[in-house]
Amino acid sequence: MIEQEWAILLARIQFAFTVSFHFIFPAFSIGLASYLAVLEGLWLKTGKGVYANLYRYWLKIFAIVFAMGVVSGIVMSYQFGTNWSVFSDKAGPVIGPLMAYEVLTAFFLEAGFLGVMLFGINKVGRKLHFVATLAVAVGTFVSAFWILSVNSWMQTPVGFEMGANGQFLPGESWWTIVFNPSFPYRLVHTLLAAYLTTAFIVGAVGAWHLLRDKANPGARKMFSMAMWMATIVAPLQILAGDMHGLNTLEHQPAKVMAMEGHYQSHPDGAPLILFGIPNSAEKRVDYAIEIPKASSLILKHDLNAPLAGLDTIPEADQPPVGIVFWAFRIMVAIGFAMLGIGLWSLFARWRKRLYDWPLLHKFAVAMGPSGLVAVLAGWVVTEVGRQPFTIYGLLRTADSASPLDAPAVAASLLAFVVVYFAVFGMGIWYLLRLMKKPPEAHEAPLSDAPIRTAGLTPAPAILEGENK
Amino acid sequence: MIDLTVVWAVIIGFAIVAYVVMDGFDLGIGILFPFFKVGKDRDTAMNSIAPVWDGNETWLVMGVGGLLAAFPLAYAIILPALYAPMIAMLLALVFRGVAFEFRWRDPAHRALWDVAFTAGSVVATFAQGIALGALLQGITVEGRAYAGGWWEWLSPFSVLTGFGLMVGYALLGACWLNWKTEDGLQRQAITYAGRLGIALLLMIGAISLATLTLEAQYSQRWLSFPGVLATAQVPLATLVVTFMFYRSLKLKKDAQPFVWALALFGLCLVGLGVSIWPDVIPARVTIWEAAAPYRSQVFMLVGASIMIPIILAYTAWSYWVFRGKVGHDGYH
Repeated sequence: MIEQEWAILLARIQFAFTVSFHFIFPAFSIGLASYLAVLEGLWLKTGKGVYANLYRYWLKIFAIVFAMGVVSGIVMSYQFGTNWSVFSDKAGPVIGPLMAYEVLTAFFLEAGFLGVMLFGINKVGRKLHFVATLAVAVGTFVSAFWILSVNSWMQTPVGFEMGANGQFLPGESWWTIVFNPSFPYRLVHTLLAAYLTTAFIVGAVGAWHLLRDKANPGARKMFSMAMWMATIVAPLQILAGDMHGLNTLEHQPAKVMAMEGHYQSHPDGAPLILFGIPNSAEKRVDYAIEIPKASSLILKHDLNAPLAGLDTIPEADQPPVGIVFWAFRIMVAIGFAMLGIGLWSLFARWRKRLYDWPLLHKFAVAMGPSGLVAVLAGWVVTEVGRQPFTIYGLLRTADSASPLDAPAVAASLLAFVVVYFAVFGMGIWYLLRLMKKPPEAHEAPLSDAPIRTAGLTPAPAILEGENK
Repeated sequence: MIDLTVVWAVIIGFAIVAYVVMDGFDLGIGILFPFFKVGKDRDTAMNSIAPVWDGNETWLVMGVGGLLAAFPLAYAIILPALYAPMIAMLLALVFRGVAFEFRWRDPAHRALWDVAFTAGSVVATFAQGIALGALLQGITVEGRAYAGGWWEWLSPFSVLTGFGLMVGYALLGACWLNWKTEDGLQRQAITYAGRLGIALLLMIGAISLATLTLEAQYSQRWLSFPGVLATAQVPLATLVVTFMFYRSLKLKKDAQPFVWALALFGLCLVGLGVSIWPDVIPARVTIWEAAAPYRSQVFMLVGASIMIPIILAYTAWSYWVFRGKVGHDGYH
C-alpha cells in the first residue's frame, strides 16, 4: 500500500476504535438516565424507600459511566476534523448545524443539571432535584436524536445541493435533512437498544444479588423491573429492527446483500442463510445452512420475489461482506436470546418463581453485557455496510480523510488504544466493584461526607422520608 | 442587513471567551493541585469545581462544534494543522475528567488519580496554549487544506504561548480558590495568586512583543499611526487592571481578584482580536472565505439565539446552587 492508503486505513481503525469505545457508555447511560428518572419519580410518588435506595445505588454507577461518556465523546467531536478534514469541509454545512444543535440542546442540558443531580439534592429539595434528573434524561435523548440524524443523513443523504466548491450545501428544507429516510428507523432502533442494554445490565446485577440473597428487596425490585423491560421491549425491538432492515433494503440494498450473504442474484426467491462462511474470493457462502426462499419472504413478503445480489453492484462500490454478515448474525442472535429471557421471566412470574429460580438468574447474569455486544454489532453492520462511502453513494471514504502522514495517525492510534484500555479499563473495574455490592436498605448518597456549605440551610435531605 | 458571518464569528468568539472564563480556573486548579496538602485541602480544591467542570468543558465542544458548523473550512484546516496538540489535549482531558470520579471511588489509588488530574490539566492547558501560538505564527495552507507537516506547530513561540496559558490558568485557579475556600488553603491561594499575577504580566509582555514580529499584518495593526492611539489603550488598560487586581488581593476581597484576573484575560483576547480580525485562521483565511452558506447560518442562529440565553440561565442557576465557600466536606 502507498502511504496515503495506510494513513486512511489507520484513520478508519482509529475512528472505529474511539467511537466503539465511546458508544459503550451512552448506550448504557441513555437507558440508565431514564431508569433513574423512573426510580426517583416512583420514590416521590410512593415514598417507598426501596426506590430511593435503588436511585442512590445506580446514581453512583451513573456518575462514572457519564464521566467516561463525556470525555470519550469530546474526542469524537474533534476526530471529524483531525482525521477526516476533507469530509468535514464538504459535509460541514449540512451536518455541522445538526451537531451544533446537539451541543446547544443536549450537551449543555446534561452537563448543566448533572452537578445538581449528583450533588445537589440537599440544596435544591426533592422536586427541583427531580427536575434535574429529568433534564439529564431528556438531554441524553435529545443528544441521540441529533447525532443519529447526522449519521442517518450520511447513510441516506437527501435535501442538499452541490456547491461549486465541492461542498454539500443545505437545500430549502432542513426538515428534509433532519428527518431523512433512514432517521426515524435508526432513532427508534437505537433508543430501544439503549433501553435494552440498560435493562440487561440492571437485570444481571439484580440476578447476581438474588443468587446470593433472594430476600434482598433492592435486588428483587431491580430484577423485576429489568425483566419487565426485557419482556416488553425485546419483541418491540425485533419488530423495529425488521422495519429498519426493510428501510435499508430500499435505500442501501448493497448493505442488505452483505448482511444476507447474497453474492448472487436470486430471480425466483432468495434463501435465508442462517450460518455459513462468506468467501468473497469465490463470491459464495461456504458451508451455508439455508432456508430456501425465506429471505424473499422476510424482505419482500413473497416467497418467489426476485432479490438482487452483489453481482449487480460494481466491485468498487461493494461493502466488505464477511464482517457485516457476522456482525448481523451476532446482533440478531442476541435479540432473540433477549426475547427468550423476557418470555422465561414472564413464565417465572406466573409460576411465582421470579425471585427463586437460580437457573434463570444465572442466565440473566450471563446476558448482562449482551446489550452492549448487540449494540456494537449493530453499529458495525450499519457503518461497515455503508462502505466504501462516508456519504452513501456520493463521497468515498478514501476521498474523505485528512492530508495526514501515516506515522502521525499511527502514533495517535497507539496513544488512544493505550489510554482507553488503561483509563476505561479502570473505570469499568470500578463499575463492577460498585455493582458487586448489594443494594442496601440505607444506601449511602454519592459520597460518604455530609454536606456543609457555609451560608446555606440545607433543604430536606433525601435521607428523610425513606423506608416508609 | 446584518452580516450573519460576522454574527457567527461573534458567537464563536463568545464560546471561546465562555470557555476560558469557566474552564480556565478548573484547569488552573489542576495545575496547582500538587502544591496543596494531601487530604482535606486537595479534597476541598477538587470539590470546589466538581459540580461544574462538566458544564465548563462543554464550551470547548461548543467552540469546536460551532466552528465546524459555521466555518467548516476553518475546522477542516485547523484540526489537521494542530493534530498532535489536539490529540494530546483530548487524551489529557480523558485523564482529568475521569479523575473527578475515580479518586473518590478508589482511595487506595487516590495518589495515582491526583497525578492523572494534574498531568491532564497541565497537558490540556499547554496544548491549548500551543494551539494558539501555532495559529498566530501562521500555518501552511494550500487550496482548501492544510499543507504543512505534522510538527509544524512546534516553535519557540508556540512553547512560549503554551507556558503563558499555563501561568494564566493557574492564576485563575488560585483566584477561584481564594473565592471559594477558607483558612490555610485560601491563604496559600492568595500567595500563589500574588506570584502568578506578576508572572502572567511578564508572559503577556513577552508574547505580545513576539507576536509583533510574526506577520506584517500584526505590527501594522498595532503600530501604524493613528491606529496606535487606539491600540495603545490595550497595554495601558492591562497595567490598570493589574493594579486593580493587586489592590483587591491586598484588601482580602473574595471574588474581586478572580474578576480582575478574568479582565486580564479579556484584554488578551481583545489584543488577539486586534491582531487577527477578520481572519478565522490568522493571516491566512478570513471568516467570509470559510463561512458556511447562508441557510446553515440562519438555521443555527435560530437555535443559538433561543438556546444560549437558556443555557446561560441554567448555568448561572447551577453556580448559584453551589455558591458560597466550600466546606471541609464539600458538596459531596
